[in-house]
Order: sequence, then C-alpha cells, then structure tokens
Amino acid sequence: MTIFGVPTQALFGQLLIGLINGAFYALLSLGLSVIFGLLNIINFTHGAQYMMGAFAAYFLLNWAGLGYWWALLVAPIAVAITGIVLERLTLKRLYQLDHLYGLLLTFGFALIIQGLFRHQYGSSGLPYAMPAELAGGRNLGFMFLPNYRAWVIVFSLAVCLTTWYVIERTRLGSYLRAATENPALVQAFGINVPRMITLTYGFGVGLAALAGVLAAPIYQVNPLMGADLIIVVFAVVVIGGLGSIMGSIVTGFGLGVVEGFTKVFYPEASNTVIFVIMAVVLLLRPAGLFGRAS
Amino acid sequence: MTITRIVALLAVIGLGVSPALAQISDGVIKIGVLNDQSSLYADLAGQGSVVAARMAVEDFGAAAKGLKVEVIFADHQNKADVGSQIARQWYDAEKVDLILDVPNSGVALAVNQITRDKGKAFIVSSAATSDLTGKACSPNTIHWTYDTWALANGTGTAVVKTGGDSWFFITADYAFGHALERDVEAVVLKNGGKVLGKVRHPLNTQDFSSFLLQAQASKAKVIGLANAGGDTTNAIKQGAEFGIVKGGQSFAGLLVFLTDVHALGLEKAQGLTFTETFYWDMNDKTRAFAKRFAERNRQIHPTMIHAGVYAGTLHYLRAVEALKSDDGARVIAKMKEMPTDDPLFGKGTIRVDGRKIHPAYLVEVKKPAESKYPWDYYKIRATIPAEQAFRPLDQGGCELVKK
Amino acid sequence: MATTDRYVGATLPAVTGVSPPHVVAFLIMTTALVAAPFFVYPVFLMKALCFALFACAFNLLIGYVGLLSFGHAVFLGAAGYGAAHSAKVWGFPPELAILFGTGAAAVLGVVIGALAIRSKGIYFANITLAFAQMVYFFSLQAAFTGGEDGIQSVPRGTLLGVVDLKDTLTLYFVVLAIFLVGFLLIFRAIHSPFGQVLKAIRENEPRAVSLGYRAEQYKLLAFVLSATFAGLAGATKALVFQLASLTDVHWTMSGEVVLMTLLGGLGTVFGPVVGAFIVVTLENYLAQLGAWVTVVQGVIFVVCVLTFRRGVVGELGNLLRKSL
Repeated sequence: MTIFGVPTQALFGQLLIGLINGAFYALLSLGLSVIFGLLNIINFTHGAQYMMGAFAAYFLLNWAGLGYWWALLVAPIAVAITGIVLERLTLKRLYQLDHLYGLLLTFGFALIIQGLFRHQYGSSGLPYAMPAELAGGRNLGFMFLPNYRAWVIVFSLAVCLTTWYVIERTRLGSYLRAATENPALVQAFGINVPRMITLTYGFGVGLAALAGVLAAPIYQVNPLMGADLIIVVFAVVVIGGLGSIMGSIVTGFGLGVVEGFTKVFYPEASNTVIFVIMAVVLLLRPAGLFGRAS
Repeated sequence: MTITRIVALLAVIGLGVSPALAQISDGVIKIGVLNDQSSLYADLAGQGSVVAARMAVEDFGAAAKGLKVEVIFADHQNKADVGSQIARQWYDAEKVDLILDVPNSGVALAVNQITRDKGKAFIVSSAATSDLTGKACSPNTIHWTYDTWALANGTGTAVVKTGGDSWFFITADYAFGHALERDVEAVVLKNGGKVLGKVRHPLNTQDFSSFLLQAQASKAKVIGLANAGGDTTNAIKQGAEFGIVKGGQSFAGLLVFLTDVHALGLEKAQGLTFTETFYWDMNDKTRAFAKRFAERNRQIHPTMIHAGVYAGTLHYLRAVEALKSDDGARVIAKMKEMPTDDPLFGKGTIRVDGRKIHPAYLVEVKKPAESKYPWDYYKIRATIPAEQAFRPLDQGGCELVKK
Repeated sequence: MATTDRYVGATLPAVTGVSPPHVVAFLIMTTALVAAPFFVYPVFLMKALCFALFACAFNLLIGYVGLLSFGHAVFLGAAGYGAAHSAKVWGFPPELAILFGTGAAAVLGVVIGALAIRSKGIYFANITLAFAQMVYFFSLQAAFTGGEDGIQSVPRGTLLGVVDLKDTLTLYFVVLAIFLVGFLLIFRAIHSPFGQVLKAIRENEPRAVSLGYRAEQYKLLAFVLSATFAGLAGATKALVFQLASLTDVHWTMSGEVVLMTLLGGLGTVFGPVVGAFIVVTLENYLAQLGAWVTVVQGVIFVVCVLTFRRGVVGELGNLLRKSL
C-alpha cells in the first residue's frame, strides 16, 4: 500500500521520527513560552542555553567523570543558575520597557556566549557518547528504532506534561498564572513576585539545557548547535500562541511531524515549512493556535 | 639614541634594500592568510593555515637568504563581502603580495577576481570549487590541494571498483551539493554502478534521521554524502545510531577532513571512505612535519589544507627567489614553469590552468581497535596516480588552455 | 496602550521641521565624507556608506513607526541579487541595474509589508523574520543566485554611458551621491505631513484612526519606503563589491542592522549613519580577532540596551538638548 507513491510502512517510520524531533521542539518552546508568559521577554539566548546544556554534559563527563544520567540532573541546574544570574543582573532592569529591548539584550547575550564557546572549543564539535544503557535499538518491522530516540520521546513528554500539570493544576502554578495576569495584585497578597520571576526564568533556561543534554548523544556538541534552532523554536512558540503552555507542547510535537512528512514528500521545503505555517497562522489567528487574543 | 644604534639601524635598513632584492616591492614579501578563523572551517583551515605558512617561511630559510617575509592573517567570517573587502585592502593599502588558503568557494571566487584585477598572486588550498581552474581560471591563481572533481572522481571510482556499485545520495540542497552529486553520479554510472535514489536536504540540517531512513529503505550498498562540515558529521553520527553500517551499508564522504574524523571519534566514523591528497602518517617526512605542526597548533594534526598552504608557500618563495621579483603574474607563471618538490606532496607540477597535480588517496577510517596512537585514523586503500587524480586539462573550459 | 512610553523613557524625538542643528550636522557630515577618501581606504568607506543607508532605511521603520523588522536583510540582499543579475547576465548599465534591484526590493516590500503590517510588536518582528527565512532558503536553492557561491564578478560598467566606474575614487563619489540622495529623501519623508501622521500612529493608533487616517495604509507606505531604500543600499553594495551573496539575506545581517541603528540611536536622523560607521570599522579591525567579532557585537548590544538606549547620537543630542 502506498500514499502518494510512498509506502505506508515508510510513513509510519517518518511519523515516529517526526515525533522525536517534535520532542526537542516541545521542550525548547515550552521553556521559551514559560519565560514569555511571566517575563514578557522573548528569550533569544535560549538557543545558546540549549548549547550550554550539551556542553555542561560534556564537561561533567570529561572533567568530573559524571555520566549521562548525572548530566541529566546536574547540567540543567548548572545552566539554570547562570540564567538566574543573568536575570538578576540585567534582564530585570528591562521589565518596564518595550518587549523589544528584552529581545535585543538576549540576542546580544546569545552572540557573546556562542562567540566565547567557539573561541574556546572550535567549530567542528566535540563527541559525546551514547549512554550504554540506551545504545542499540529494536526493529519495529517498519523501521529500526534506536532505543535512545524512544527514550527522548518518553522522557520529554513526561517533562512537558509535568510542567503543564504544575502550572495549570497546582497552587504554585496558580500563583504563577495570577502573577502573569496582574503582578501588582499578587504582590499585594504577600507573594514575592520578583523572586518568582527569577525562578521562572531559571526554570525555562533549565528546560533548554535539558534539551541540550538530550541532544548531546545524537548531534555534535557544537558551539553553534542552537544558533539557527532558536529561530525555528521561536516560530513554534508563535504558532502555538505566545505564553500558552499546552500550545507549545502540542505545536512542538505537531510541527515535528509536519516537518518529518515534508522531508519525505518535498524535502527541499523542510526548512521553510514551519515558517510558512507561522506566516499563515499569524495572518489568520494573530494570537496563535492556542493563544488568547489580548 | 646613541650613534652606534643609529648606525646599526641604518645598516639594517640598508640590508632591506640590497640590490639583489630591488625587484621586491617595498622590500618585503607580504603574505596574507585569509580564511575562516571562527566558524565552520576554523579547525580544518583557520589558525593552522597561518602556522603552516609561517613554517614554510622558516623552512625556506627566508631570513638567511636575505628575503624579508611577513605573514599576516584575517578572518573573512565566511562572508564574500568581508573577504573581498579585506583582499582589496590588503592589496591596495597594505601591500600584500600573496593571498593564501581562502575556504568557502564564494569568497575564493571573489578573491580570485580581485587578485587578477590587481595583478597579485593567489594560492588556494581550502576552497573546493573546480571552477577555479575551469571557467574562472586566472593567470594569477593556483589551486593547490584538491577540488570537487578530484573528490568525486577519486571516491566514486574507487568505491565502485571495490564492490560498492549501488548508491543512494544524501545531498545538500545548493550549488555545491548538486555539483558534487552530479560529478559522483557520472563517475558511478561510468564505472558500471547504479544510483538507486537521492534526497536533497537543506543546508545545516540538524536531524538526518528522516533522510537516513529513506537511504536505509533503498537498500543501496553505499550512501554518498554530497555535503560538508557539520552536515556530514551529523549524518554519520546519526547513521551509527540507526545501525546503517551494522546493517551492511557504508558511507562514502565526499568532503571529509581529518579534523571531522577527530570530532566524530572513530567509534562513529569507522569504515567511512573518502578521498584525501595528503595524510600526515604517510612517511617520515610527513610525520616529522605533523609533529612540528601539532606542537604549534594546539595538538591538532595537519589536514590536507594545512599541507597545501605549507607546500604552496614554499613553492611560491622558491619562484620569487628564482625570479628575484614578487610581481604577481610573473611569479605564478614561474611557479607553473618550475617543477614542484616538497616534503608533503613529493614531486609534482602545476598545469597552465593553475591546477597543481599530485596523487590522491582513497582512505578508510580505522576501527577504534586498529588505531594505535593519537590521530592514527586512516588506512590508505588506494592511490590514485597524479595523472588520473584531477580533471583532464581540456575538460575544464579554462581560457588559458590553448585549444 | 501607548507603546512609546515604554521606549527610552518617552524621549523619542519629536518629529518637527528642519532645525539649525540638523543643517549644521548635515554640513559637517557631507564635508567629512567628501574629504574622507583622501585619508581613508575608499572601498571601506563605500561599504560603510551602503550600510549607513541601509540603517537609515531601517530606522525609518523602527524609529518613526515603532515597528521592529527582524528580516530587513531580505531587501538588502534581494536588491543585491537583482542588481548583480541584471548587470552581469542582462548587461544592464549600472544606473539601470541599481534601479532594477531597488525596484525588486520595493515589490518584495509591498508583498511582505501587506502581510506583515497587520501585526504589531513581537509578532511583527516574528513575521518579518519568517519571511526573511523563506527568502533566504529560496536564495540558497534558486539557480540564478549561484547558491553559496553568489553572483561573482559583477561588472561595474559606465554610469550613463559617460562615467567609468572602474576607478575606485570615481565610484566613491557616485556612492556618496546615492547615499546623500537616499539620506535626504528619508529625511524629507520624516519631516513631512506624512511623517507627522506616522508619528501620530506610533503614539496612539486608535486616535489617529478616529481622526480619519488609514493607519494601515500609512504603515504600509512606510514599510515599502523602508524596503526600497534598503534595496537601494543593497543594489549599490552589489556594484561596489562586484558580488551578491547569501550573507546579505541571512538573518544575522538583519541583526546587524538592528545593532547599527540601536548603537547610533533609534529614531535619530544621524544615529544610523554613526552606528553603521562604528560597526563597520569595528568589524574591519576585529577581522584579526576571529570569534571575538561576535563577542564584541554581543557586548555592544548588551551595553546599549542596559546603559544608553538612546544610542550615541541620541545621548549626544540629549546632552546638547537638541534633536539630531
């Protein structure tokens, strides 16, 4: 059986591959979205922080002898701390200004971080071995699925859903959402809003770093690995609706699949398809698929 | 300042303009290494090329021969306009006589034209496009190390001859990828192989799993990677994950360098075959060079590009010495006239279209167990003799070639 | 919501008529530029002039309409391709090649502008970025752009059949003339009734609409003007360097023009020119430093945003209490 000349078997394979890529988009766009929701800042440093996550995993392995599983825990926290420092020292001074200044500042930081890493570690990338427990793969009949890829889907889906649950269904999350709506009022109730903002930024950055650790065994650990990715993730967030948690998750996975199919039917367009969708969505539903019009 | 110092200074100045060197413009031969110091090609060319050029100047014994040679460098950031501005400024304002290296075909073609307009000299080591000795050939340019035709021909022929007769291409979707794919396909078909399919991917693709799956489904014996840099390494790395090589298929890289293999690690890169024109571990002379080079270049061993910069600079200085002039077009003509001989490429010649001729080697990346010491990466599977390694003179469409 | 309060502490310059400081500054700038090629390397100056015009065009949009386009490189690059292709393949003389390139950018401006202008703020930045990415990948794949090799060896030709542009100094004065014309036209547009309406829309769009102005049409016109002048800069640049390449359509170029304008001073008349000269000079001297180029650019962004959001010229104007 074939669909448009492509065997259905192959399509199942591509669907799965699409979901795997979508897992990265979802994790990254989730972080971006959480940050935007509370801080009203487009965190252009996100791609660089994703890269820092991968590098942190590499350092942990080569300097401290801590393997992949430790990196999954330690690297996001370490990168989140650098993010918190960044927020305390610089970002918080911009909250009263137009969004665009936040974008420009974080863009500047992205350039600095990527430049420094490139200066120090060159550009061809560093190898990071696959954890032994997840090496190999299984034959699903329609495709060979590496175990590691299966792990990426499961793990990131779990992280995404937990995040969604915490923000939408718990008391902590309700403070967060309230602070997004009306910070002054929440502050009046005795909640330390600035600290909440700082921690939220740290959390979003941590998610980016987590994606970086997940990516390290698949891609080269490379100073420029996040440089172009940020634009795609950015588009994912916009399509989902800025600040919408579920929107980011669903759109992330969904666009991964769309992109995957494009690679089969019209590979030339696979880099642009997300931007085409973004343009169409913005024209028809300016607030994004899941966003509320302001 | 004491009188003796002044006298000493005058003596030094006097040496600089001794009659033997009267033809050297402003008494100094200024060599500019123009390449990518900061991104994609920073490891395979970058500072290493500067080190290689300086070593050539020292080994030539410029100082002892009374020649003043100065090596400067700049980063063109892979932008053709930045590169062309630096080249113009070097030639016009800073009296640079020779530009070296220049990765990125776009920048190299621009510098090629400027060099010709200004009557200076240009030795290309990094840039791949065979147009530099084809329709863009120039009496001021020599293309030293390799080109797309040589890579396609070397890898294509050798792989088909050793049994890899069915191919699937994963091609970067722009001019460079298309040209590579076209050249290899022609070679494969000519040698009796067949092409089972191809897929085009955008430049700088992170994830190749979708394309690899298609390659896997094609059941082709060889997966040809008509791309470069990060695209190639990512495809290979993920190929290992999807069990491509274990499944009996193999990768043929069409533009892979020693530094790429180093970044990938042997575990991932093993079994990869591709073409090189230089490998550091070929003989005592290359090993001696590599040892000195690595000491000065953060232990990174020389790629064929570094070797090309070294050999090209050496030959250039010999031509200047023979000619007693650093006039661009005349030196290049002299370089073509003189046979070449250097420790890295051995004896060779330079054709009228600017193509440097030497053998090429089909190499295979070793298994981790076969590697005995750092940077012990390649097995040389076949040597492509110099006369077959490059595109025949009459097929390039170069205007310098008399019909 | 009046978005402007949140810019620069509400000190965007008032858009008033031509003032004496403008005239003085313009005379100083022109004199300096006429004398400059006899002291500084002319090709470097021409590059800076092209970027200065590009930044002025960009500033028309962000400084006077309050719209941040994150994809302005498209117009620079597309015009470059247009000019280079028409001069090299069709044999257009330089004046027609520049016109053709500029026209191509204008058409692209109409198309992208019509779609993008309906959104605001971050959304606008995003949608322009999305279009820019599409154009970039198109340029990478299309045959006539030469992919990553670009269009090389573009002939400079003879201007109007009389002036031979091969001579660098002659070319310099032609480029200077193009820059000055572009600069004055942009200046004129800002200080006209049209500019006043733009200002009104920037300050309070609903009110401007209720006064009977069709805000979208004004914004679109501003967008197209900005695209056109960016195109003029790109077409000229293609002839100066005799090449058109992917660099000019890549999103980092869009980032660079934001940097120039921000550094010089958003919404100031001379700021973009100063910013462009500083950035181009830096790049020139930092070429020796490799990866540090991006680091330094990043530091400039950070320092500008954190400490002097008015930019060099804006701060200077503030010091002198004059709008420059």
